[in-house]
Amino acid sequence: MSMHEVNIEVNGVQYQRYVQSNMTLLTFLREELGLTGAKCGCETGECGACTVMMDGAPVNSCLVLAVEAIGAEIVTVEGLAKDGRLDPLQDAFIDHTGTQCGFCTPGILIAARALLDRNPTPTDEEIREALRGNLCRCTGYVRIIDAVKAAAKVEA
Amino acid sequence: MTQTETASLIGASKKRIDAREKVTGEAIFTDDLAFGPGLLYGRVVRSPHAHAKVLRVDTSKAEKMPGVRAIVTGEDSGEHIGLYLKDRYIFCRDRTRYVGDPVAGVVADTEEHAELACRAIDVEYEPLDAILSPLDGIKPDAELLHPDLGSYVVADFIDPKPGTNIANHFKVRKGDVSSAWDQCKVIVEREFTVPHIQHVPLETHIAVARVEQDGKIVLWSSSQSPFAQRNLIAEAMGMSQSDLRVISPYVGGGFGSKAGVSVEGIAVAMARKVPGHPVKMRLTREEEFYCSFVRQGLVARTKVGAAEDGELLAMKTEYYWDAGAYTEYGVNITRASGYSSTGPYRIPNVEADSYCVYTNHPVGGPMRGFGMPEIHWGIEQIMDIVADELGMDNAEFRLKNCLQGGDHNVTGMLMHPIGLSECIEKASKAIKWGVDEPASKPGWKRGKGLAIMWKAPAMPPNAGSSAWVRLNEDATVSLGVGGQEIGQGTFTVAAQMAAEALGVPFEWIKISRPVDTEYSPYEWQTVASRLTWSMGNAIVAAAKDARRQILELAAAHLGEDIDDLDVRDGQVVSYRSEETIPLKNMVVYGLPMEDDQGWRGGPIIGNGKFMPSYVTSLNNETGQGKRAVVHYTTGCQAVDLEVEVATGKIHMNKISSAFDVGKAINPDQVHAQMEGGIIQGASTAIFEALVMKDGVPQNPSFTDYRIATSVDIPDEIETIIVEVPQDDGPFGARGVGEHPMVPTAPAIANALSNAAGIRIFEMPLTAEKVFFALEEARKKESE
Repeated sequence: MSMHEVNIEVNGVQYQRYVQSNMTLLTFLREELGLTGAKCGCETGECGACTVMMDGAPVNSCLVLAVEAIGAEIVTVEGLAKDGRLDPLQDAFIDHTGTQCGFCTPGILIAARALLDRNPTPTDEEIREALRGNLCRCTGYVRIIDAVKAAAKVEA
Repeated sequence: MTQTETASLIGASKKRIDAREKVTGEAIFTDDLAFGPGLLYGRVVRSPHAHAKVLRVDTSKAEKMPGVRAIVTGEDSGEHIGLYLKDRYIFCRDRTRYVGDPVAGVVADTEEHAELACRAIDVEYEPLDAILSPLDGIKPDAELLHPDLGSYVVADFIDPKPGTNIANHFKVRKGDVSSAWDQCKVIVEREFTVPHIQHVPLETHIAVARVEQDGKIVLWSSSQSPFAQRNLIAEAMGMSQSDLRVISPYVGGGFGSKAGVSVEGIAVAMARKVPGHPVKMRLTREEEFYCSFVRQGLVARTKVGAAEDGELLAMKTEYYWDAGAYTEYGVNITRASGYSSTGPYRIPNVEADSYCVYTNHPVGGPMRGFGMPEIHWGIEQIMDIVADELGMDNAEFRLKNCLQGGDHNVTGMLMHPIGLSECIEKASKAIKWGVDEPASKPGWKRGKGLAIMWKAPAMPPNAGSSAWVRLNEDATVSLGVGGQEIGQGTFTVAAQMAAEALGVPFEWIKISRPVDTEYSPYEWQTVASRLTWSMGNAIVAAAKDARRQILELAAAHLGEDIDDLDVRDGQVVSYRSEETIPLKNMVVYGLPMEDDQGWRGGPIIGNGKFMPSYVTSLNNETGQGKRAVVHYTTGCQAVDLEVEVATGKIHMNKISSAFDVGKAINPDQVHAQMEGGIIQGASTAIFEALVMKDGVPQNPSFTDYRIATSVDIPDEIETIIVEVPQDDGPFGARGVGEHPMVPTAPAIANALSNAAGIRIFEMPLTAEKVFFALEEARKKESE
């Protein structure tokens, strides 16, 4: 397996690493950078727990190779809070009990952030649709949807 | 100073204390721990056969593969292990009993190297006939899957039948069923089936183990049962419990699957081969579907009779549980379903036989509800059919027959006060029960249905809890618990109860975590919806112990009577002298005595424990006894749905849910549990089945095993809290974690029957199945 030089910007910080060509972006973030917010739930792009933003779009980082992300701007859940202030979505997830076990939460927050970035006033249906690739086994989604709506209102 | 009322923390919807770290990505799960470059990885060779003799395991090729550090087989993985019935080895020896049974394990420097070496291990099997149904397993001439059943160590309330495939048989004989049928106006008899399903926590099972310099073992695991894991693995490995330390960070979903021991034993067996190195065993999603635990399958045969006025007179039930290859919890699910077999109904004549039958399917474990969702699938449909045949309203029928406080239930136990009737009234009202409403679109049919439930914590009679409350210099409080935060919000309600009982602000309580068997107080397991109740009792006791020490110190210092003192809002107050002493400093450094005579007091730490002392055994032949369980939580759900005639697709307009929780310590968390339970229940009702073919799971992926997503939820959910206090619960509370998924599936089935006149007795209600049932009904109608 050949090694590659990888330059990626993650949460506003430029990183340079040498990694194997088959390393996924998820493994790169977790093991090379120690950013363990994105979770591994299936490794096949089916659960959404590893969702990160890549150049503004949500991706399953288990399906993206680190070498494919060369030159990209990545945002993980660790990058949502700015200057010690939580993102409105994070506040809303706390206020609306949008998290239980918390394993799916980082991916859902990123998917929701990507939604609000492209559609600041989503309908219920648009929220449900945007999150359908992110499985949650605990909450029943109700409060997650409430939280996204509340955050949209705050940002409006 | 007069005694003023401050707002109680009990019944306050405090925000989850773990929410902030979970939304920032800071919350640590087992896979997030860093173990450094010495970390090794384990992978497992699993049986491809449902049932086979293992003739030879040749590891010679694998041993020479790159990166391989050790290989483990059945010979070096300890003795039998199991919670209630020690019926399995961590790695198989001479026989494999399900597809996925671990045969050998490889430890290597990377997961990839371990996987490649696994493929190089040559196992010679002699395939044997497999038992693929509990009805086959129970036949007298069935091949014995556990010929040594009689020699296994077993808990005294489990009754295995050596020489058969029956791992447990629980019986109820109450009244006289055979003569009761004659008095019945309506008798209904049906067979119901429930498939195997998977818990599907988003975090797959993971464990990391390391043998330390002194030979002790540390195990990091995503676990609902750190103490049970320590106990069971130590016993199997012939170690002292104190030589195994289990550390358990946040759990990324459990639902029962992370109770007991599964992958953790494998990690420990591997680590023992490479002392000093941590070894990580993480299941792939495919493995997760059938190599940890699954929910047991069930065939239920039920006969119910009622008098003309609707009074239930008799019930006869046979449960054939598809336990799978080994039983871990299955034997006790069999027992719990037996002693709950009537559902929450008053029935004078009962006969029930609940059999736990070994098959060559994946290992049946506990899943949210512990048998109750499975049995209520049948109970609540057959009760609907009886009511329909009597021409009675389905809600009225239940109100007439449901248990009340003061009744004696199926095992003869005197029922404590319960609010089940109120739950029925409120849940049904929430969906406008009795009002026929038109479907929202042409081509759809609309209907309403409801179901009730009961569930008791199912556990050994002496399952205990303990807690400690340690005060810090700044009067913040470290609360030690051994119960685990698996998403249900237990840390938050634990802090509320401690703060209330001690007399300090909620924000001052800090949970000491992760749960670590070295430092955390003993807790049996995080199962059975028992923490708020059992651990809560221990927390209150610990807080009261600390409070007593504080008051004794203050009384001596002030020269006052302890009865005139109180701890409120973080300070000692005297109702007599109106003196106050802030807890800060005094709870660690004590207080100076008068005239420079020295100091009194010292660091304050309160201890508390709880173990129910009143659960009795049941007669082996009749299932009767004074008190089978600590208590039952009851509730009702009602469903308003529509079904599309052309496709069989179900759309849920509204689900309402009312549970009697005794006292909601944190109402917001109770509502959250109800919502999550409803969706999990609806998901199992409509989508979920682990499809088996010759013992091989056919759909072990999220693409093929669908669970509810954000687009599958009802338009509206209404959750209602009913509070009839529980006399043995802290502040009157009883558990509600599992219960909300219990009645959902039969309530949906009953609503479907109401909408379209069809009954489906095999779970789940997939669109395909519903479509064909609609077709059949249409054919019958046109004939």
